[in-house]
Order: sequence, then structure tokens, then C-alpha cells
Amino acid sequence: MTEAGNGGAAPPGKPSPEKKKRAVRGARTNSGKEIPVVYRPAPGSPEETAYRERLGDPGEYPYTRGIYPTMHRGELWTMRQYAGFSTPADTNERFKFLLRNGQTGLSMAYDLPTQLGLDSDDPQAEDDVGRLGVAIDTVEDMAGVFEGIPLGEVSVSHTINSTAPAIQAFWLAAAERQGVPREKLRGTFQNDILKEYIGRGTWIFPPKPSMRLVADVIEYNAKHCPRVNAISVSATHIAETGATVAQDIAFPILNALAYIRELTARGLHVDEFVPSMSFHLSVGGGVGPFNLFESVAKLRAARRLWARLMKEKFGAKSPRTMQLKFSTGNCGSRMAAREPLNNIVRQTLFTLAAVLGGTRSINMACYDEAFEIPSDESIRTALRIQQVVAHESGAADTVDPLAGSYAVEALTDQVEEEIAAIVADYESRGGIVPFIESGEVQRLLARQAYEHQRRIASGEQVWVGVNKFTSEEKERTGAGMDLYEMDESTLARQLARLREAKRRRDASSAGRALGRLHKACGGGENVLPPLIEAAKARATVGEMTAVMRGVFGTYVEPAVV
Amino acid sequence: MDPGRRIRVLMAKPGLDGHDRGVKVVIQGLRDAGMEVIYTGLRQTVDQIVAAAVQENVDVVGLSILSGAYMGIARKLTARMKEEDLGDILVIMGGNILEKHIPELKALGVAEVFHHHADLGEIARFIRGRVEGAPAR
Repeated sequence: MTEAGNGGAAPPGKPSPEKKKRAVRGARTNSGKEIPVVYRPAPGSPEETAYRERLGDPGEYPYTRGIYPTMHRGELWTMRQYAGFSTPADTNERFKFLLRNGQTGLSMAYDLPTQLGLDSDDPQAEDDVGRLGVAIDTVEDMAGVFEGIPLGEVSVSHTINSTAPAIQAFWLAAAERQGVPREKLRGTFQNDILKEYIGRGTWIFPPKPSMRLVADVIEYNAKHCPRVNAISVSATHIAETGATVAQDIAFPILNALAYIRELTARGLHVDEFVPSMSFHLSVGGGVGPFNLFESVAKLRAARRLWARLMKEKFGAKSPRTMQLKFSTGNCGSRMAAREPLNNIVRQTLFTLAAVLGGTRSINMACYDEAFEIPSDESIRTALRIQQVVAHESGAADTVDPLAGSYAVEALTDQVEEEIAAIVADYESRGGIVPFIESGEVQRLLARQAYEHQRRIASGEQVWVGVNKFTSEEKERTGAGMDLYEMDESTLARQLARLREAKRRRDASSAGRALGRLHKACGGGENVLPPLIEAAKARATVGEMTAVMRGVFGTYVEPAVV
Repeated sequence: MDPGRRIRVLMAKPGLDGHDRGVKVVIQGLRDAGMEVIYTGLRQTVDQIVAAAVQENVDVVGLSILSGAYMGIARKLTARMKEEDLGDILVIMGGNILEKHIPELKALGVAEVFHHHADLGEIARFIRGRVEGAPAR
């Protein structure tokens, strides 16, 4: 399905490699020669001056070549595939399956009712409970997902937006039950509402209160959870909605600037909270042709542009503010339903681009994306792609191996200019938010998606196995594939869990906590503390959201097409 | 259908699914094929869709579902349309829909199911064929 989780970049509180000399993996060529961690111009050579200014070493401003000195030689990227379905017990089992297979982090998929603040017993939720992700109604469900998985050791990426504050409250409460203090928790909350209006659609409240909730989560984590990325400003969904390469960096950056202004308006300096922010960048999504080298260039350009923006425009002093931390991934739009095994080759190219571009984490769509959420086989294969690139390609053996390539450096400059022009244009008109509210951004992307589709239909853009080199294979395969099948008993099992959680709770303490939440929403108090209290009292995500909706109202989509 | 009247299509996103790239592409394609297309926006209930179909006096209801929740939605929608005696409205569907479920969807009254690689022209020709009796191909 066309969905992508946030991979979750490196946690913000990780000891910075600048301070700590990190051990590096050994790496040798086929002929047995040692491979240096970084190749660079010889000291004192004529190229060195330009190199220092335009690129810099990895770990050095403007971080074109990577935000850490040793990148994948110091530590491979986090491999986490987006996973979750049915009830907490089912998801717990799949998480353990992935960890057994060598996955190094978890990325949690929530079902649509949870993402939209509807309890599993809401009539509107009936067809969607446990379908695209796991159903989470109360803290009991969160605790169930992580049964036997130590939250102090595994980082968890949460693809959650409108209900991010409530879900973080559940997660903190579940961690507390495991005895893990919040300072030790590692993970990422997507918490990126602006792109939900642009393309993903799990909005609940209007933009203004939603932005305030995003800021509440960032501020809370910056103060209390130093190892949590409080936001994953996402490019992937914008790309899938119909963005070009330059737009799929420019729009998330514009969204990030809107969030930053929300926080600086609270009197905070960028160095106090931007280190808690991360990005989820797209590789292999979007419209127009995919180009491996342009994709690598885009990631390098994004790092350089962000570093300069933070330093020059926002007065950042801390390197951690200037270091663009990102995970990478994509959704399903390039995963063909015809000859679906070809998708494994496509994802290998996308993964290679992400690695050569210096990603800190990867989750990619699976080869059966056009049909269902991943089967055990397809999600394991997606993980194997990452492991093969990590251990059998040499791409991780030296940092930023394409630096100095005439093509890649020229593309990096070119994409950076294109991104900068889009950012400057919207910023000069008051930032991106009004153009999301009016639907202008959505309209632009919808038109581009349509044009892309027409180029596929006409054969102008080649899609192997779909519009060129096609076989006689049936148009809709899926038949013969070992696809995931949803367990029909999911809804009944989840409803039983919800009833049990409600039966065991003290209704009056849940009610009191929800009353405090109501007050916080109406006033200016951060919503996290009352939400945590409500979570511990086994209030449901539906109850919490109803309180918030009562104060904030509901968003109405602008007409876009 | 009156000669000269443009075919009217209601495109809908039922359920909680927020994936709307596909539906917007189809809307633009059908408009370019000369049809009048009304879009419901996201998260519509079956009752809202049926009410909009009546109010807008459409010939076709198109459902876009990428969440996998299509069977429950199709059951409810076709039942509701029968109750309202809207059997003459053509119902078509697109999205992530498995081959093996298509016979059951058709038995419920869904006229056709279009998958990812369906050509926009093919969808328009199908609609025209059914609504105006023109040859589908």
C-alpha cells in the first residue's frame, strides 16, 4: 500500500562523534588494500580551497558530505521497515520477527482509526481497525506491542501525526511500566501535520491548533526526552503526492521553517529545539524520471542548504542545529503491480542512492506494495536489500564516495539552487502555510501527478514491465503471490481488549485527567503532561481526541481538483 | 440520457483512507475526456456519498480505496443504493484491490474494478460505453 513510515534518523542525544573518537569498521578492496574512511583532495593541493568551501569534510560545516566524520564506517544506518497490523499481539510478533532477522530499529505503523483519534469501537472505524497498522486504543495496547522488547534498548519510530501527543503519552506510560526513564528512550515521532494537509490526509484539527500541538511535542521532547526526535519532517508523502526532486526537499524545508517560527515565537532559540527535529527524505518517490545520481546529489544539497540556512538566517551556533539529520524512504507509487518482483531491483537502486547520499536510516516500500501491506517474505526481502547493500556492495565502505564526481557535484549545485529558489519564493510570500490552507500546493502537486501519469500512459517515461518490455503475464497478478491476509477476527479481538481496559480503569481518574487536558487545550499549557496523566489512567485515544476536537474544531479541506 | 448532456461523475474517497493522488489523477483524466466530475474529498461515509450522488444527479459513482477496506465499504454502499432505488447509477472502483475479490465485488453490483495500471482512456471509454451505450473499445 502506498504508505511510508518515518525511518527515524539518528537520535538527537547520541554522543556526538566530534567529541568521541568512534571506532571504525575495517574495509578492504578486492585486492586487499585498506579503504580510507574518507577520500579527499591532497592537503595543499589547488583543489583543496574550493573543496573546503563547497563541501568540507564529513562532519564539518556545511556538512555536504555527511553530518558525522565517519558516517557508515562508524556505524551503519538504522535498518527499520515500517511494520504493524491487527492487534498489539500480532504486531509484537512481527517486531520480534524483524529483530530476529537483524533489523536494528523498529518503525511502528498505526491503523487509520488510531491516526485519526477514533477508538476501535467507533462506527466510523469499523472497516479500518488493524488494517494498515496496529490498533492502539489505550496504554494497554502500547504496552502489549512492546511486551518482551526492551524500550531502553530499541529505538522506535512512530508514524503518527494528528494524534502524536496522545500516542507519545501512551509510549511514555508504557516505557514507565518497563522501568525505562524518559531520558533513556530513543525514537522518533513523525508529528508533521503540514504534510498531512498536503498529501497524506490524516488531519483532524485546523492548521493553527495543529501547529501548536506539533510545537508542544517538540518543546516537551527538547526539554524532557533528549534522545527522541520530536518530529520527522517528511518529504516522502509530498513526493508521492506529485512532487519533483527539488520540491520534495523544498516543501519539507518550508514546513520545517513554519514549525521553527512556531517555537521561536515561544521565545526559544533554534539551538534549544532544532536538534530534536529530524527529516524523512524521499528517494525513489515523486514524479518524473528517477535518477540515481540526482538523488544522491539531492541529499547532499539538502544538507548543505540546511546548514547554511540555520547558520546564516537563524543564527544557529550549535553544530547539531546545522546538521540535517534524516532518514530516507519511499512509498508505493513506483512499485508496479505488473511483474512485481522487478520492484526488488527498483528498491535496490533507491537504497543504494540513500546510502551513497549519507542517510542515517532507511525504510523502503516492499515489492508487494501494490497489493497489500507486506507479507513476511516481502518485508524480509526489503530488509535483505539493505543488508546486501550494507555488506556486499562497498557503498558503505567510504564516506560520500561520489564526492568530486563532475556529474554529482554539478547536480548537487544545480539541485541546491532549485531548492533554494522554491524556498525563497514561498518565504518571500509569508511562508508555505497560507498556500497549504488555500490548496495551492495540493493543486500544483495534483497537476504534476496527472502529467506524470500521462507520460507513463504515452510511454514517454519508461516503466519496465509496465509500458515497455511487457510480458504476457496477467495484468493484475497478485494471484500466485503469497500475500498478507488480514485476520478476520481482528476487530472482535481488539474490541475485547478495549472493553477490558475500560473495565479495569478508575473512570473518575480518567475523567479528571481529561478535564485537565481540556483546560490545557483552552489555555496555553503544554498538552503532554495532562495527556500522560490521562494515558496512565487508561483514557482512550478517542476520548482524548474528542476533548481536543471540542476545543480546536475540525479541519475542512479546500477544493483542490 | 439527454443528448448533449455531459456525463456526470461523483468521485468519492470512502472510509478513513487519505491516499488521494490516484483519485485526483482520475478526476483530471475524466474531465479531459469531457465529463463533469464532482469530488467529495476525504473520509466520506456511505450515507454522505449516496446523498451527494442523489443531490448531484450523477450517472456514475467512482470509489477510490487504497486502504484495503473495500469489501465492507462496497457491501454497505451497494445495499444503501438499492434501498434508495439508485440501481441505474453506475458504480466503479479503483485502488489496491485484489483480483480474487473482484467476482464478489461485481456480484454486489460494482460494474468494474480498475487497477493501478488502468489507462485513463480505458476508464473513460468504459463509462461512456455503459452510460451512453457507446462501444467500450
